[in-house]
Amino acid sequence: MYHYDEYDRALVFERVAQFRDQVRRFMAGELSEEEFLPLRLQNGLYLQKHAYMLRVAIPYGTLGARQMRTLAQIAREYDRGCGHFTTRQNIQFNWIELAQVPDILQRLAEVEMHAIQTSGNCVRNITTEAFAGVAADELLDPRPLAEILRQWSTINPEFLFLPRKFKIAICSAIEDRAAIMMHDIGLYLYRDGHGQMCLRVMVGGGLGRTPILGLQIREGLPWQHLLSYVEAILRVYNRHGRRDNKYKARIKILVKALGIEAFSREVEEEWQHIKDGPAQLTEDEFQRVAAAFEPPAYDSVIDDDLAYDTHLAQDHAFARWVACCVKAHKVPGYASVVLSTKPGDASPPGDLTDAQMDAVADWSEQFGFGEIRIAHEQNLILPDVRKRDLHALWRLACERGLGTANIGLLTDIIACPGGDFCALANATSIPIAQSIQRRFDDLDYLHDLGELSLNISGCINACGHHHIGNIGILGVDKNGSEWYQVTLGGAQGKHSTLGKVIGPSFSAAEIPQVIEQIIATYCAYREQDEAFVDTVRRVGLEPFKERVYAKRPEELICVM
Amino acid sequence: MRNVIGLRNGEAQLIEHDPWQLLREPGEVLPDGLLILPLATWIARRAQRPLGRDGLWLGPDDDVEPLRPWLAQVPLIAVDFPSFRDGRGYSQAYLLRSRLGWHGELRAVGDVLRDQLSHMRQCGFDSYAVREDKCAQDALLGLAGMSVLYGRSVIEPRPLFRRR
Repeated sequence: MYHYDEYDRALVFERVAQFRDQVRRFMAGELSEEEFLPLRLQNGLYLQKHAYMLRVAIPYGTLGARQMRTLAQIAREYDRGCGHFTTRQNIQFNWIELAQVPDILQRLAEVEMHAIQTSGNCVRNITTEAFAGVAADELLDPRPLAEILRQWSTINPEFLFLPRKFKIAICSAIEDRAAIMMHDIGLYLYRDGHGQMCLRVMVGGGLGRTPILGLQIREGLPWQHLLSYVEAILRVYNRHGRRDNKYKARIKILVKALGIEAFSREVEEEWQHIKDGPAQLTEDEFQRVAAAFEPPAYDSVIDDDLAYDTHLAQDHAFARWVACCVKAHKVPGYASVVLSTKPGDASPPGDLTDAQMDAVADWSEQFGFGEIRIAHEQNLILPDVRKRDLHALWRLACERGLGTANIGLLTDIIACPGGDFCALANATSIPIAQSIQRRFDDLDYLHDLGELSLNISGCINACGHHHIGNIGILGVDKNGSEWYQVTLGGAQGKHSTLGKVIGPSFSAAEIPQVIEQIIATYCAYREQDEAFVDTVRRVGLEPFKERVYAKRPEELICVM
Repeated sequence: MRNVIGLRNGEAQLIEHDPWQLLREPGEVLPDGLLILPLATWIARRAQRPLGRDGLWLGPDDDVEPLRPWLAQVPLIAVDFPSFRDGRGYSQAYLLRSRLGWHGELRAVGDVLRDQLSHMRQCGFDSYAVREDKCAQDALLGLAGMSVLYGRSVIEPRPLFRRR
C-alpha cells in the first residue's frame, strides 16, 4: 500500500485546518450558503434529505486494516453505526453533524485518509479495478499511475472549478473491471510491441442523463506523458465545456458537439506545448511510487491444498460460495475473496455496520497482509487469502452476514442510496432491491441462472449504473409518484453496452413480477449455458417485451 | 478600483488608492484616467492615443491569443470571474503567463473571494479586486493557501515529484 510521506501528511492536515475554519465561518454567518457550498462539496460533504452526508475517498479502492477500523469508529461515534460503500469505491456516512466534520476529517488524516474532491466540479477519486496487483489476468499494475494521478489532481489550482465533475479510471487487465469506458477519461495501460508501458486514452464516457461510451482519443501514449496529456484534455474542457446548463456540462457533451476528431485536434495542439515540459513523468518518480505496491511476502506453496479440496468435495454450500466469490490469483496457493454486501433483506447493497467493518479488518490481518479492496459493485475484497484458509474465512464471513454466495448473480444488485437518503432521487432504490432479493432467495436457482447483473438508480444521475446492468432499473417521477423504467442488455467491461428501455415503466409493486417474467423469458430462450446478456443480444428485446407486457402471462407460456 | 489586494515583491498588501477603472461595456464617451477596456475598445483608443497606458479586460469567453500583438504595450490585464464557481479564468491566466509569457500585472476581477485567492495566486494572478461587499483585509488570509502543491502551477512550474 502507498504510505504518506511528510508532504502527503502536511497536505491532509492543512486541509483539515482550512476546512475547520471554513465551517466555523459558515456557522458564524461569515460565509453564505452559496459560498460555502463548493467548499464543503470539495471536502466530500453533501446536504441530503435528512442530514449531511460525508463521502470519504478510498483512492483506487484500497484500504488498510487500520483505516477500516477508523471507518468503523466513525460509523460508531459520528453516524448510526453504518457506512455505505459506493460504486466509485468510496464510503459514505449518511447521518453526519456539520459541526463534527472537522473532527472526523482529523481522524481520517491520522490514518492517511481524506475526503478531498469526493464531490464538486473537479477531478474526483481516481478509480481502478478491485483486483489490481493480484488478478490472474492482469497485464500491469495500474496502482502506481493511479496514485500519481491522485496526487497530481489533488488541489490542482487550475482545475478546481471545472464545468462539471470529472471522473478518471485506469485499468490494465484482460477483463475491464474498472468500467473505463464509462468515465470522463478512461485509461487502459498495456505494453506495446517494444515492451514500453503505454496508455490507450478514452474520453467522453459517462452515464447520467446522456449515457455515452467513451471514444478513443489516443493509442500508444507513452506513460511518461500521462500527466501532460490529462492536463491538455482538462484545459480544453475547462475553457470550452458548457457552463450554461449543468445537464450539458460534462465533457461528453463537448466531445459530442465538436466531434471526436476536432476535439482530439484541440487536445493535441494544447499537448504539443506542454508534452516535453516539467510535467513529464520520470522513471525515479514512477519507481518511488511503484515501490509502495511491491507484492507482499507470499509463502511459496503449491497450488493444491488437500484440506481445501476435501472441503470443496464435501461441503456443497462452501463449493457454491467458492464458485462465485473466490477469484483466481497470480500466486499459486492464493486466491482473492469477494465478500458480498448483498445478503438480501437484512441490509441494503453496499452497507456495512461498524462491527462488520471491524471484522473485515481482523480477517484482512488474519488471512492476508492487512489489505482490503472495495469493488465498484459495492462488495469488499480480501485480495490475498491462502486457499487452505478459505473454508475458515467462509464460516466467519457467513456468521457476519458477509458470506452470501451471490457474487455476479441476480441478487448481487448495485443500487444507489436512492430516495431514502438522497435529495436528488426521484424514487427509492433500496426497497426495490430488497423486493427483488426476496423474490429470488433460492441460491441454487440463482446459480442455475448464472451470471447476471442488475443495477438500480433512483434517478437519472445514474449512481447505480443502471445503463450497464444486464437488467437496469431507473426510478422516474410521474406526476409526483414513483415509477420504474426497465432496460435490458447493458454490460460493462471490454464489450460495454448501454441497455435499451423495454417499454412503459412500472410501479414498485410490479417490479418483482416483471423481473420474474424477464427471467422466465430468458430460461425459455436460453441455449445451453448461454449467459443472460448473450441471450438478450441474440434474441433481441421483443420476446421479453411480449411476455412482460402481456396481460395474462399464463397464456403466453401455452403459446410458446 | 476599490478593495484591491496586490502582491508587491511577493508581499501581499491592500492597495490604498488603486488608479484603475474597469469598463466591461464602455460607452461612446470614455472617462478620464486609467481604464481597463475590452480589446476592441482598447485598440480603437490606442489609435487615438498611442502613448495611452490603458489595461485590457478579458471576458470569460475570450481567447487569449488575440491579445498577443499588444502585450508589450499593456501594463495590466484583468481576467473576469463572473461567478467564483466559473473556473475559466484560471486557464486564461495560465495561458497568459506560461504560453504568452506575459509579465505585467494580472488582476482577478468579478466574484473574487477569500477562499479562491490562493488558487488564483498559483495560476499567476498578482492582484485581486475582492468583491466589494467583502472585507479585503479578511480576504488577505486566504492568499497563502496550503504549503504543499502536488502538481504544478504558474508560480511553481515543477511538479512536486521534481522537488521531493
